[in-house]
Amino acid sequence: MKPIISLSPHVHGGDSVQKNMYGVCIALVPALVASLYFFGLGSAIVLATSVAACVFFEWAITRFILGRERLTICDGSAVLTGLLLGFNLPSNLPIWIIIIGALVAIGIGKMTFGGLGTNPFNPALVGRVFLLISFPVQMTSWPVSGQMGYVDVETAATPLAIMKAAIKSGDASLLSQLPSSMDMLLGQTGGSLGEVSAICLLIGCIFMLVRKIITWHIPVSILGTVFVLAGLFHLIDPSYAAPFQVILSGGLMLGACFMATDYVTSPMTGKGQLIYGIAIGVLTVLIRDFGSYPEGMSFAILIMNGFTPLINTYIKPKRFGEVKK
Amino acid sequence: MNVILIAVIVLGSIGLVAALILFLAGKKFAVHEDERIAKVAEVLPQANCGGCGFPGCSGFAGACVKAADKGSLEGLLCPVGGQPVMEQVAGILGLKAEASAPKVAVVRCNGTCENRPRIAEFDGAQSCKVQQMLGSGETACAYGCLGCGDCVAACQFDAIRMNPETGLPEVDEEKCTACGACAKACPRGIIEIRLKGLKNRRVVVLCNNKDKGAQTRKACSVGCIACQKCVKVCKFEAITVDQNLAHIDAEKCKLCRKCEDECPQNAIHAFNFPPKKEKPASPPTPLQGERGVDTQAAPVTEKAAAPAAPATEKPATNVEPAKEQEKA
Amino acid sequence: MKTFNIGGVHPAENKLSAASPIRVAAIPKQAVFSMFQHIGAPAVPVVKKGDTVKVGTLLGEAGKGLSVPVFSSVSGKVNKVDAVLDSSGTRRMAVVVDVEGDEWEETIDRSDKLVTFKDLGNITAAEVVNRIKAAGIVGMGGATFPTGIKLMPPPGTKAEAIIVNAVECEPYLTADHRLMLEKPEQILVGVQLIKHAVNCPKAFIGIEMNKPDAIKLLTDLLKEKAAQYPGIEVVPLKVKYPQGGEKQLIDAVIGRQVPAPPALPINVGAIVQNVGTVYAIYEAVTKNKPLIERIITVTGKSVKQPSNFLARIGTPMQQLIDEAGGLPADTGKIIGGGPMMGRALMSLEVPVTKGSSGLLLMTEKESRRGEVSPCIRCGKCVTACPMGLEPYLLASYTRLKDWDGCEKNDVTSCIECGSCAFTCPSNRPLLDNIRVAKQTVMSIIKARHMEAIAKK
Repeated sequence: MKPIISLSPHVHGGDSVQKNMYGVCIALVPALVASLYFFGLGSAIVLATSVAACVFFEWAITRFILGRERLTICDGSAVLTGLLLGFNLPSNLPIWIIIIGALVAIGIGKMTFGGLGTNPFNPALVGRVFLLISFPVQMTSWPVSGQMGYVDVETAATPLAIMKAAIKSGDASLLSQLPSSMDMLLGQTGGSLGEVSAICLLIGCIFMLVRKIITWHIPVSILGTVFVLAGLFHLIDPSYAAPFQVILSGGLMLGACFMATDYVTSPMTGKGQLIYGIAIGVLTVLIRDFGSYPEGMSFAILIMNGFTPLINTYIKPKRFGEVKK
Repeated sequence: MNVILIAVIVLGSIGLVAALILFLAGKKFAVHEDERIAKVAEVLPQANCGGCGFPGCSGFAGACVKAADKGSLEGLLCPVGGQPVMEQVAGILGLKAEASAPKVAVVRCNGTCENRPRIAEFDGAQSCKVQQMLGSGETACAYGCLGCGDCVAACQFDAIRMNPETGLPEVDEEKCTACGACAKACPRGIIEIRLKGLKNRRVVVLCNNKDKGAQTRKACSVGCIACQKCVKVCKFEAITVDQNLAHIDAEKCKLCRKCEDECPQNAIHAFNFPPKKEKPASPPTPLQGERGVDTQAAPVTEKAAAPAAPATEKPATNVEPAKEQEKA
Repeated sequence: MKTFNIGGVHPAENKLSAASPIRVAAIPKQAVFSMFQHIGAPAVPVVKKGDTVKVGTLLGEAGKGLSVPVFSSVSGKVNKVDAVLDSSGTRRMAVVVDVEGDEWEETIDRSDKLVTFKDLGNITAAEVVNRIKAAGIVGMGGATFPTGIKLMPPPGTKAEAIIVNAVECEPYLTADHRLMLEKPEQILVGVQLIKHAVNCPKAFIGIEMNKPDAIKLLTDLLKEKAAQYPGIEVVPLKVKYPQGGEKQLIDAVIGRQVPAPPALPINVGAIVQNVGTVYAIYEAVTKNKPLIERIITVTGKSVKQPSNFLARIGTPMQQLIDEAGGLPADTGKIIGGGPMMGRALMSLEVPVTKGSSGLLLMTEKESRRGEVSPCIRCGKCVTACPMGLEPYLLASYTRLKDWDGCEKNDVTSCIECGSCAFTCPSNRPLLDNIRVAKQTVMSIIKARHMEAIAKK
C-alpha cells in the first residue's frame, strides 16, 4: 500500500462550485415558473436562447480562444449567467439581440478577465446594460403580463415608468395608475420577464439563505436602504411613490437577491457586504428618482462592483482578540 | 470697484491658502531618494527588461544600493549588462567587484523515479515547501528532491525546468546566471551555486543525503553512503565527507574523474566531458545502481576515515594548504 | 448555549467508537520512545544499548529550556539509541526497547483505588508542579506543550479560571469522551490539584453537547459531592469546530479573547488543560506514575472494531490496528490524530507518543482531495475562519510571495485549524499555502528580531 500523504485538514465539507451555482439556479425556479405563467412562449424562447448562447460562448471561448483543455461549462456559472441575463430582458426581445447580449456577457463581462472568479463586474449585468444602451427601444418596450405569445404582443408602461412620470410632472395623481401592491408582489405587471413576481424571487432568496449559499447581508441592506430612502422621499413629497411599491417594482428584488449577491463581484466580509448593499440601495433610489433612466438597479450594482476591491482592501473582518486602538 | 476688490481678496486668499497647503505638503511628504540610485541606474542598460527579477532598471538600482548598505552585491546581477556593468555598479557603490569566476546552479540529487522508489503519494498544493512539512515526502529520502518545482517557479530566466521523466529539475547552463534564486527556493538546499569550472567541466556528488549509509541505500540506489572511497582515491584533497555526505571542493578539484569511477553508488557525476572511450559517462541506469549495491557492504564512516587522511597526503603532487577551508 | 464568537464549521462527527469502552492494549514486543514527543528541546537519552529498564525508568532527561523527560512504558533491554522514523515522517533520536516481561518500578502505585485531594494531606502547590514536571506530562490533546511550564504563570499574571478542555471537537475521536465516562472522579481530583497548584478558585469543564452522557455524569457527580469538589462547574457548549482550540475555548467558556501573539491565555487569566492531561496529572501526583500510557482512539469507517485503547507509549500503531480488526484493504490514508488537524503518516511502524490522541484510517476514496478549481470569491473561508482572518487573501499573497502582505494581514495568528480548506467550495488548498506563509513570515520576523538584537 502506498499511503496518501497531505497536510490537514483531511476531510472536506463537500461544498462545491457546482452545488452553489446550481443552488442559485434552483432558487430561480419559482421566478422561472412565474415568468412562464405570465409571459408564456416569449419567456421560454428568451430564456432558452440566453442560456444556450451563454453556455455556447463559454465553451467556444475556453476551447478555441483561450485554448484551455479543461472546460468550465459544467460548473454551472454560464447557465446561471444565461438565466440571469434572460430574466433581465423583455419577453419579446428578438433572438439576435439576445445572442449579442450573451456574447457581451460571457465574452466581455467574464472571459476577457480570465473566466469564473476573476471578473470584476457581474457578467449578466454587463450584457444587460450593453443591450439597454445599444437597443433602448427594444429593451424598454415591456409586454404586458398575461400574454402567451412571443411576437406582436401588446406593450405598456411599467410601474417604474409611471413613477418616473409622476416625479417629473410632480403630479401625485399619476401614481394611481400603478398596479396594486398585491399585483406587483405576484407579478401581474409589466417588466423584464424574471423580475415581475417579487414573491417568487423572495422564495428563491429564502431558499438560498437556508442552504447557506448567500448570507443575509446584501439583500437585507439593499432592500432596507431603498425602503427607508424611498419612504423619506414619499413623506416629503407624495409624488414619489410609496416605499412598498418602490421595493416591489422593477428589478429591485431580482437585483438585491440574485445579482448583487454574485460571489465574484461582491465583498468578502459581512461588514463590507453591508456597506456594498447600502451603497447600492442609495444609488438605485438616486438613479430612479433623479436620473434619466427609470431603473437604476443594474447601474447601481455595476458601480458598486467597481468598488468591491476597494471595500475588500479596507474592510477587514474583526480579528480574534483584536484590541480597539 | 467693490466687486473687483472682493474678487481680488477672495482669489488672493485662496491662492495664499493653497500655496501654504502645497508648501506644507511638500515638506511633509517629501521623498528623499538616495542619490546613488540615480547614479547606479545611469550605468545600467535601461532596457527595463525585468530579467534581474526587479521591476525595471531603477528597481534594480534601488536593490543594489540596499544590498550595498549591507555590504555585498551578492546575488544581484544584471543579465543584460553582465559582469562589466556589475563592476561599474560596484565601483559607484564603493565595493570591490565580485570575483568574476562564472558559476552555475547544480541540482545535487539524482533520485529519479527508478533510482528512488516512491513510498507514498503526495496530495495537496504543488509546492515543495508544503511537501517538506510532511517529513520525507513521497520517498524515503528526507534530503532529496521533492519534485514540485519551487525552483522552476523561482527562476526568472527560464533556466531550470522539470524533466517529467526523471521528476528532477534540470538546469540550462546557457541561461543560468547563478543568481541563486533556485537555491534559496529549495526547502532542502539541494541546489548548489557552483563554479562553472574549466571548459564548463565539473565533477559533482549528486546527492544531498545525510543519513547513514544503510538508511540512504534503502531510500535510493544512487545515494552517497559516505563510504570514503572517493576521499581515498582523490589525490588533491578536494573531497571531504561531512555528516555522511561527500562533497567535492570545486576549487581544488583537478577534474581527474578518479572518484567518479571509484564511487560504488554512482553518486559522483562528471559534466561536459568528452565521452569516455571504454565507458560512456551516461546517467546511471537502474542496472548500474544495482551494481553499486552489490559491491559494497555498509561501511562504518569512522573506521574508513582514519586511514583515509594519511593516504591522501603523501602522493599529492599539488598540496594546497587550505585544508580547513569550509565548503561553500 | 455557549460557544465561541467568530467563525467555525461543523464537520460530520462520525464518533464511531463512542460506545466502545476503553480496552487495555497488549504490551508490544518492541517499544520505541521518541525524544521528540513534546514541543521544545528534545529529551536527552540517559540509557545506552544493552541497559535493562523497567516500566517507569527514565530514558531521556529533559533538555535545556522548554522540555520534559521521557520514561519507559515497558520493561526489557535497550536495543538501540538511534534515529528512528516517527510520526513527523523524518528520522529522529529515539530509544528502542526490546520487551521482556512487565516489571514496574517500585515507586509507582499500581492500585486502582481513588486517592482524593484530602488523602494527600498538606501537599504544597510547588510539590504538585514538581511532580507534574518530573512525570514528563505534556498537553495530551495533541499540542504537547509541557504542562509544568503552563502551571507556572509568569510574573504579573494570575490564573482566574482553570478551563478543562473536554470538548473533543475533532470528528471521529472519542478518547476524552470515554475517559470522562470511565474515570470521572479521578478527573475531578486532577482538576482540584491544578486549582491548588496555581491557587485558582474557579474551574470550568467545557464539554460539547454531543456528549450528553458525560455532561450528565459529571454534573450529577458535582451536585452529589459539592462539598468535596468546590468551585468546579461543567459548561455545556454548542457543537462547533474548532471549539477545542485553546483560544476558542476560553472565548466560549469565559467570554474573553486572547489577543494576538505573543499574548498567552494566562494574559486573560485562563489556563486550559486537556482532560487527558488532567487525568495524567492525577496519576502523576497521587500514584507517582509518570506519563507512560495514554488513551488513543483507533477508528475509521472501514475499521472492523473502532475502539479506544489504553496503550503504552511506544507501542507501534500497527499493533493497535491489528487489535482493532486489522488494516482494511482499501486504506488510503493513515492519520495520526483527528481528520481536521491530524498528520498523515507514511508508515504504521511509527509509535504511539504522548500526543497521539487517535489513529484514523481513511479509505482511498475518502482520502483524495477534490479537484481544485478557481477561487470564486464566495467569502466562505472568511466566514469560517475562527481567528477572523482572510484565508483567500493570505493564500493568494503566498502565491505572489508577498510576505509583507501576509504579515500585515496577521498570518501569524492562524491556528491551522483547517476550517478554511474544509469549507472551500473550490477545494483550494488554502491551509497548505497559509502554512507556507506562516512559516516564512515567522522566520522573517525572527531574522528581523535577531538583527535588532545584533544592532544593539
